[in-house]
Amino acid sequence: MILLDPRPQPSRALALLSPVIAIVLTLVAGGILMAAMGKDPVEALSIYFFQPFKEFWLWLTLPPGEAEMWLYTPSEVVVKAIPLALIGAGLAVCFRANVWNIGAAGQYTLGAITGGWIALSAPDGASGIWLVPYLAAGALGGMAWAAIPALLRVRFNANEILVSLMLTYVAAQLLDWLVRGPFKDPAGFGFPESKEFQDGFIMPVLVGGTRLHLGAVLAIVAAVALWLMMTRTMKGFQVRVIGAAPRAGAFAGFSQDRTIWFALLLSGGLAGLAGAVEVSATVQQLQPQISAEYGFVAIIVAFLGRLNPIGALFGALILAVSYIGGENAQIMLKLPKAVTGIFQGMLLFFLLACDTLIHYRIRLAAPGRA
Amino acid sequence: MENFFFQMIIAATPLLLAAIGELVTERSGVLNLGVEGMMLMGAVSAFAVANSTGSSTLGIVAGAGAGLLMALIFCVIALSLLANQAATGLALTIFGIGASGLIGQGFVGVALEPLAKLSVPFLSDATMLGRILLGHDVMVYLALALAAGVAWFLYSTRGGLALRAVGDNHDSGHALGYNVIGIRYLATMFGGACAGLGGAYLSLAYTPMWAENMTAGRGWIALALVVFATWRPWRVVAGAYLFAAVTQLQFYGQDWGLPVASQFLAMAPYVATILALVIISRDVNLTKANAPACIGRPFRAER
Repeated sequence: MILLDPRPQPSRALALLSPVIAIVLTLVAGGILMAAMGKDPVEALSIYFFQPFKEFWLWLTLPPGEAEMWLYTPSEVVVKAIPLALIGAGLAVCFRANVWNIGAAGQYTLGAITGGWIALSAPDGASGIWLVPYLAAGALGGMAWAAIPALLRVRFNANEILVSLMLTYVAAQLLDWLVRGPFKDPAGFGFPESKEFQDGFIMPVLVGGTRLHLGAVLAIVAAVALWLMMTRTMKGFQVRVIGAAPRAGAFAGFSQDRTIWFALLLSGGLAGLAGAVEVSATVQQLQPQISAEYGFVAIIVAFLGRLNPIGALFGALILAVSYIGGENAQIMLKLPKAVTGIFQGMLLFFLLACDTLIHYRIRLAAPGRA
Repeated sequence: MENFFFQMIIAATPLLLAAIGELVTERSGVLNLGVEGMMLMGAVSAFAVANSTGSSTLGIVAGAGAGLLMALIFCVIALSLLANQAATGLALTIFGIGASGLIGQGFVGVALEPLAKLSVPFLSDATMLGRILLGHDVMVYLALALAAGVAWFLYSTRGGLALRAVGDNHDSGHALGYNVIGIRYLATMFGGACAGLGGAYLSLAYTPMWAENMTAGRGWIALALVVFATWRPWRVVAGAYLFAAVTQLQFYGQDWGLPVASQFLAMAPYVATILALVIISRDVNLTKANAPACIGRPFRAER
């Protein structure tokens, strides 16, 4: 019989240790899964999780001339982490407010659509300055999509989880219609895709020989800004109070409705920005599939980062490693892509289970006696 | 038109199965957002078993079993370890999408004999009503029987009373001597088994095949249906049929000459879900009166 004894104070050490324990448990469970699938667990896990770190280490330690070739995989990890970090930082704040925006995937898609609309309607020869209205439009698109669950929750008390989630399906259909209709490239041989964006709409690459782009700077700036907002400003304090104790917040004169609006618009705006950034940096056109699943994976990122915007940066890097590892495992081990999803789901399970230790001590007792 | 109603009854069945299970779960005070993941696991397990054994009965059992096991994972993390229920449910969905994709990778593109249709001699064909209502496969009627059984259990048995009591006030339930966690385990696993059945219906009868993510949000729509039905079993039945009618629009809309792109018709079920939520939720009395008061709140016995 397992009993839980509440701790007088939540353990700060375990709050930071819990993600580490969860990752170790995920690796152990993943190894068992690999063995069950007839793969060598050590080899599979090293491809999945250790290869990017190993290559990063080689890049750090080898002399110039030999090091450069090892930069590519680590840089790809960062490229994957950019949209996850942008969305995850926003969701961290949103979840702190006890507002459950599950529809970041839809807000991401809308950001890609509104940004794409600017990019496709710009005059020929548009310069790099167009990137500013492009990204702003992406953020606004995401905010507009998130405004729907905010309005319906505040005005009609409709559950934001279900409304925001339903809107992801609507957004996906909207994008599908656009790339087969109004946004379709007339010279595209009938493929459902838009024209390629002009050079002015492509995120500038920061490091030659890689795809590492300006979005990395945006993600870090967003994370630090949100962290400062949460820890140093009245707004952040309101968000935390309303999230933890809405009644106490109400007595302090904080408006729950305004916090809901704030949390949804902020997380929606960042998801929209992530959509615009990702489309511009990777596929550079609108297509029916634009990796909107980042919106869901970013939920794990937010939890892994302890609902702290800066923590979300680290969470994003870890999830990005699992993505890149998954792609490598697909090629080298013929493992299906779905395995990545299993790893990500298991990680969140273990993380939530380990988080129990923050608030409770576990005690074993003989059955029947408490 | 006749075909429209016939297909509507079929389309309603997976929603009804998943929603009636989630209703029982939520009535015990547990919010399990993992319905989509449980349905997918039910769908792929049912298909895999039916395909390899040739028995759709075994497939149905496997579907329910897979949903139940998924719900058990949820119970351990959210009920025993007191984790946040919303987050645990999401993890269940993410895990279910991945795991079903892995199990199903060998079955993509494999065809399966659809679940046999029953037929009542003479009656099935004689009248239009007979043709619409009769001649479905056994799970269509099973789903309705399940809804009737749940309605009877919740409102006419001691067990149902205990379940509702625990969902409305777990401290009082505990003080009365009910095993709160035990009841919630059972209710959540029942919900998981029903979601698994709903998934099994999709892969065995609705479209007898397996495709990744084939539930296409039906698990989430089922969750919304429970709210729409204000946690009442018979309203879940009505809601499921109403939603199925909207879903059918995307298949019949263009035949009927609606001048709308197919993507907008495909949006219809999701937009309808949002509208339904708004209509029901705006009336606080309607939701407050029936919503289980302890929904989503963890329970730990103090003594």
